[in-house]
Amino acid sequence: MVNRVLVIDDDRALSEMLGIVLRAEGFDVDFCERGDTAFAAFRSSEPNVVLLDLMLPGRDGVEVCRQIRTESGVPIVMLTAKGDTVDVVTGLEAGADDYVVKPFKPKELIARLKACLRRPVTTQNEALRVGDLAIDASAHTVTRDGVLISLTPLEFDLLLAMARQPWQAFSREKLLSDVWGYQHPGDARLVSVHVQRLRAKIEKDPNDPQIVVTVRGVGYKVNSG
Amino acid sequence: MNPLKIWRRSLQTRVVVTTTIASTLAVVVFGFLLVQVISSGVIDSKTRLSVSEAAIARDEAVRVVAAADTLSASLSEEALVDTVVSAVALRAGEPSVYDVLLLGAGAATNAENGARVPERGTNLVTEASVPTQLREALKESNRQAWQFSEIEFLDGVSQPGLVVGAPLEIPSIGRYDLYLLFPFTQEAETITLVRNATVGAGALLVGVLTLIAAFVTRQVVSPVRRVASVARELQRGNLAQRLRVQGEDDLASLAVSFNEMATDIEAQIRRLEEMSSLQQRFVSDVSHELRTPLTTVRMAADVLFQERSSLPPEAARSAELLAAQLDRFEDLLVNLLEISKVDSGAATLDSVDMDLLEVTESVVDSLQALAKRANVTLQLEGGPCPVTADRRRVERIVRNLVSNAIDHGDGRPVEITVACDSEGVALMVRDHGPGLVGDAPDRVFDRFWRGDPSRARTTGGTGLGLAIAREDARLHDGWLHAANAPDGGACFRLSLPNTPGGRLSRSAVSMPNAQELVRA
Repeated sequence: MVNRVLVIDDDRALSEMLGIVLRAEGFDVDFCERGDTAFAAFRSSEPNVVLLDLMLPGRDGVEVCRQIRTESGVPIVMLTAKGDTVDVVTGLEAGADDYVVKPFKPKELIARLKACLRRPVTTQNEALRVGDLAIDASAHTVTRDGVLISLTPLEFDLLLAMARQPWQAFSREKLLSDVWGYQHPGDARLVSVHVQRLRAKIEKDPNDPQIVVTVRGVGYKVNSG
Repeated sequence: MNPLKIWRRSLQTRVVVTTTIASTLAVVVFGFLLVQVISSGVIDSKTRLSVSEAAIARDEAVRVVAAADTLSASLSEEALVDTVVSAVALRAGEPSVYDVLLLGAGAATNAENGARVPERGTNLVTEASVPTQLREALKESNRQAWQFSEIEFLDGVSQPGLVVGAPLEIPSIGRYDLYLLFPFTQEAETITLVRNATVGAGALLVGVLTLIAAFVTRQVVSPVRRVASVARELQRGNLAQRLRVQGEDDLASLAVSFNEMATDIEAQIRRLEEMSSLQQRFVSDVSHELRTPLTTVRMAADVLFQERSSLPPEAARSAELLAAQLDRFEDLLVNLLEISKVDSGAATLDSVDMDLLEVTESVVDSLQALAKRANVTLQLEGGPCPVTADRRRVERIVRNLVSNAIDHGDGRPVEITVACDSEGVALMVRDHGPGLVGDAPDRVFDRFWRGDPSRARTTGGTGLGLAIAREDARLHDGWLHAANAPDGGACFRLSLPNTPGGRLSRSAVSMPNAQELVRA
């Protein structure tokens, strides 16, 4: 199966270069140069992963990210020129899975893309219960009282990783390597932001989380009781 | 509240209390002098009056004695004395201004028969009212004399008064002393009245002065307090705060000047803020505009580098150089942006709880390969040193100091010491290379300054490393010091307070040569 990457970037030279590098790695590549046409391009391309620049003509990258998230959980990696905290966090909050800071090395980008695509695919029939949530690992679904809760694959993986070992506290670094596939220490904010997003979907009161609880000084754990 | 605190804090209290104390002192002194002058005036005139009255009375007595002597020698001693006393007493009027005592002088016995001479008085005063001193004085001088004394009445009452005495010769009996006793009842009352009035008026005056002081200082102090409160508001960043201007007096002109100053400061701050945000915006734009093409170049170089085996030798070498120099270019860009961020005041600390030893260990681990290439061994010693700081920045400082030491260590070991005390943590990196030569100690933290241009650079630093390290240390309110060790080699020391903003008075690690210390 050939993985398709949708590159949404207004810089033609960079897009072309990305195309060369990605094709050399065996990816199929589609391009889009404008923010306002990005969503249409996404629908027609049906990519396995999206590379999204934050500064786009027509529509802001964060907006595009939010729009894609309304109907798809496909992995989104942001390309950001600024290492600014605010930009990275807004991007992650809009639903991006990961980000790379320009100028990045091709190897680094490929590693991130592959990590996104390599997400643990569960084949065995595994059904877990966490609190009042029912997790079906093979069907990739989470339900509460029979009502489906829509999670992105990343959010699902995050929940599943913790739900498999309830009561065990996971450090942010451990989650980064287990869920994101980071080999080296990465940005712990990735975990924090996505835990927030996950809580917003599965907790009855996200301000007083009962399922994914914070373990002070360590990280997070799932409260199965 | 503590009275001492109120005294120190409130100008108004101080002024009012000072005024009250000073005016009380003044009123007491003036009142005392006033009462003194009035009473001595009253007593003096009464005394003069009394003395001349006494002289006249004595003349009368002399006249009566002479008349009695010539007219009726048959009068008994008692009768004669009675006549004299009543004649003198008659002059006293009704109510009498004085009482009379006619006492025998000298031996007080009849010269002829030795019997006790008869003594008379107006029967209201006791003999004890006449002070002995006065009697002695009369005996010696034989002239009129007077003295203030307590006049004791027979009914037990006593009053201050004047006793005037004069000798009186009664030829048939002997020598007498005629005493007139003037009670100063009226005068004492007058003086008491004056004293009471003075005390009352003084107290009232002090009270009024206190109120006036309170009122006046309030007029001055309350605008000052308003200025102070507005100044506090301004200091808190509420730049639009202004004083209300009333009238045209000095305080109004203070308010006007203050408002002008506030307006100037506000404009200045706004301008600086604008400049700073413009600068930040520029940095951010440059960053974005540069990074995108740089990313493309980077990827292109990487592709060429991967394919270098299939390129002709010159092109292959060019691809290698391109890739290597791009790393440096990137480092330089990152450092420039970092410095620019600090300069525009946009740099912020992302503080976390961390351990300096652990950070140093990880930096040392990551630099082992570089050290090995330079044939340098890294020796790290020290215990866990917990500190709240920006991990990325601290890591950058440590990496900088250690890689510099490797670079300039001449293949000799580099010693790294980590320690902490109650105030903060410190790290010292010491190499055994040539040390800081020439103007190096002064310039080592300058931007783009390089130690020895002729030296080979293995790490290809950007020339901004120590300048950034200095800014990073400053952001933490920490220190960065450089010095030469006495036995050669350079020493760099980083000292950080336990939490950013904490105060350092000493470093947890001491430098080998404190004299040459250069503080960044």
